[in-house]
Amino acid sequence: MPLLRVDNMSHFFGGLRAVHKYNLVLEPGHIVGLIGPNGAGKTTIFNLITGIHTPTSGNIELNGQNLIGRQPHEIAALGLGRTFQNILLWRHMNVLEHVKMACYSQLEYGLFGAFFGTPRRHREENRITAKALHLLKIFELSEYQAQLVTSLSYGVQRRVEMARAMAINPRVLFLDEPTAGMTPDELNRMITIIRDIHQNFEVAIFLIEHRLKFVMELCERIQTLVFGEIIAEGSPEEIQNNPQVIEAYLGSEDVS
Amino acid sequence: MQLFLQNMVNAMQWGSFYALIALGYSMVYSILMLFNFAHGDIFMVGSYIGFGVATALLGLTVAFNFPLPGWVILVFTIILSMFLTSFVGMFIERVGYRPLRDAPRASAAITGLMIGIILETGNLALLGAERLSFPPLIDTVIFTVGGVHLTNKKILIVGVSLAMMYALHVFIQKSKWGMAMRAMSYDFQAVPLMGISINKIAPLTFAIGSGLAAGAGILYSLAYPVLDPYMGVLLGWKAFVAAILGGRGSILGAALAGFVLGFIEIFSVWIFPSTFRDVIAYSIILLILTIRPHGFFGQAHSTQLRL
Repeated sequence: MPLLRVDNMSHFFGGLRAVHKYNLVLEPGHIVGLIGPNGAGKTTIFNLITGIHTPTSGNIELNGQNLIGRQPHEIAALGLGRTFQNILLWRHMNVLEHVKMACYSQLEYGLFGAFFGTPRRHREENRITAKALHLLKIFELSEYQAQLVTSLSYGVQRRVEMARAMAINPRVLFLDEPTAGMTPDELNRMITIIRDIHQNFEVAIFLIEHRLKFVMELCERIQTLVFGEIIAEGSPEEIQNNPQVIEAYLGSEDVS
Repeated sequence: MQLFLQNMVNAMQWGSFYALIALGYSMVYSILMLFNFAHGDIFMVGSYIGFGVATALLGLTVAFNFPLPGWVILVFTIILSMFLTSFVGMFIERVGYRPLRDAPRASAAITGLMIGIILETGNLALLGAERLSFPPLIDTVIFTVGGVHLTNKKILIVGVSLAMMYALHVFIQKSKWGMAMRAMSYDFQAVPLMGISINKIAPLTFAIGSGLAAGAGILYSLAYPVLDPYMGVLLGWKAFVAAILGGRGSILGAALAGFVLGFIEIFSVWIFPSTFRDVIAYSIILLILTIRPHGFFGQAHSTQLRL
């Protein structure tokens, strides 16, 4: 049974058809890439599945559970973590707090403890802090734990976002352009990190990316989206040699 | 010098009221980007609830012939009234603000004004225009230290206010809910995707803000034991000024600005005729805001993306 299944999903913004009859099957442990020119509707697909928008029609199932009509926080709790294209971090919180924040729903203590500091709160906070520190280590962020995110480089901020997304114990991880704005060095490091978490956490990954080298290297299967419609889907080799993809996607890169 | 210290004491007392109420404005603003203009009236409701609780407790001690010392009743009154008033805040969030969460902010502001009017006139209709006097739970004791007159009530008011502010500080900095509130104040969109429901955090914020307003209401009633349905209007607006002066959405700023406001008011009476108090005080604040439009700790906000 696929972990995440999207059937015939369409979405309109007013009269604009943003996504048309979109299908996705994500098996446990797979990495699938979504590519396409700017404005093709890639981020919209992320927002539809994560519950920020409700699709006009279609079905979405995560682990056998219907996601349509659920609130974003419920979908996250069912095991769907994500990062954002334009990095949504909390400017005045430090790196450790970001990751702890994502463990919020795993913290078990009451309001009384929150105001007056019961032993239970301390125990719970310590447990979550240990978990967060462990995640920071995996994402090579330990040295930044006490820093505010605004003082960090773009590449490091992306890793903070990923660590935060992993803290909710996701079974599916959505990455929206994880290498945007990264140096070649940081890009290679990101490939290693994604491979690591993919193996160590047994998480399926669905990612949007513009750098083909990155997609080709990581993904087992690639979808190409143009004007809200999938024009090609297949292995990296198939996509690379698909004339439609070359025209719609790679062709447009030649112009710039 | 003696006069200066005396004024300082009075300023601290007034500052406590302003700070406690301003915190409620700031907390709600920081997470929902709206000013709850009914907040001054929640302070009034809190005072009335305090009156009700204190009267009931006094009645019980008489009925059961079990005389409790006044301060015990006061402690129970403060705790119970804060608890009950927090439900008033949650109710207002549920019926007044949640349906308008995606509406233009001006609509939400008007909702606040209307809820305020409903609370004032509702109270007037229910309890009548007669002013109530808050039961004197504790006797005033005057200490004189170096020529400065202190009363036990002033010390209590300032002490309890500071304790509440400290508890709030711990809550916001150290607890998971506080962390969620801070996160929401910087970015609204990412919070639900971490598995946190805005519909839990928003009522909680209203509850805490309203609880603090009730605390301020009872402390205020200790010092000025006359209750009337419009007691929250001017005080609420002044606390709102403090919230702006502290920097929109800044918790620390609101507390600090509340005290600053108290100082400016009291010290303008020291120098100028008392009838000019508010004219002078608020001219000074206008001047401060001209120089620092974002207040003490405020930052230029970019429009946040909202869900």
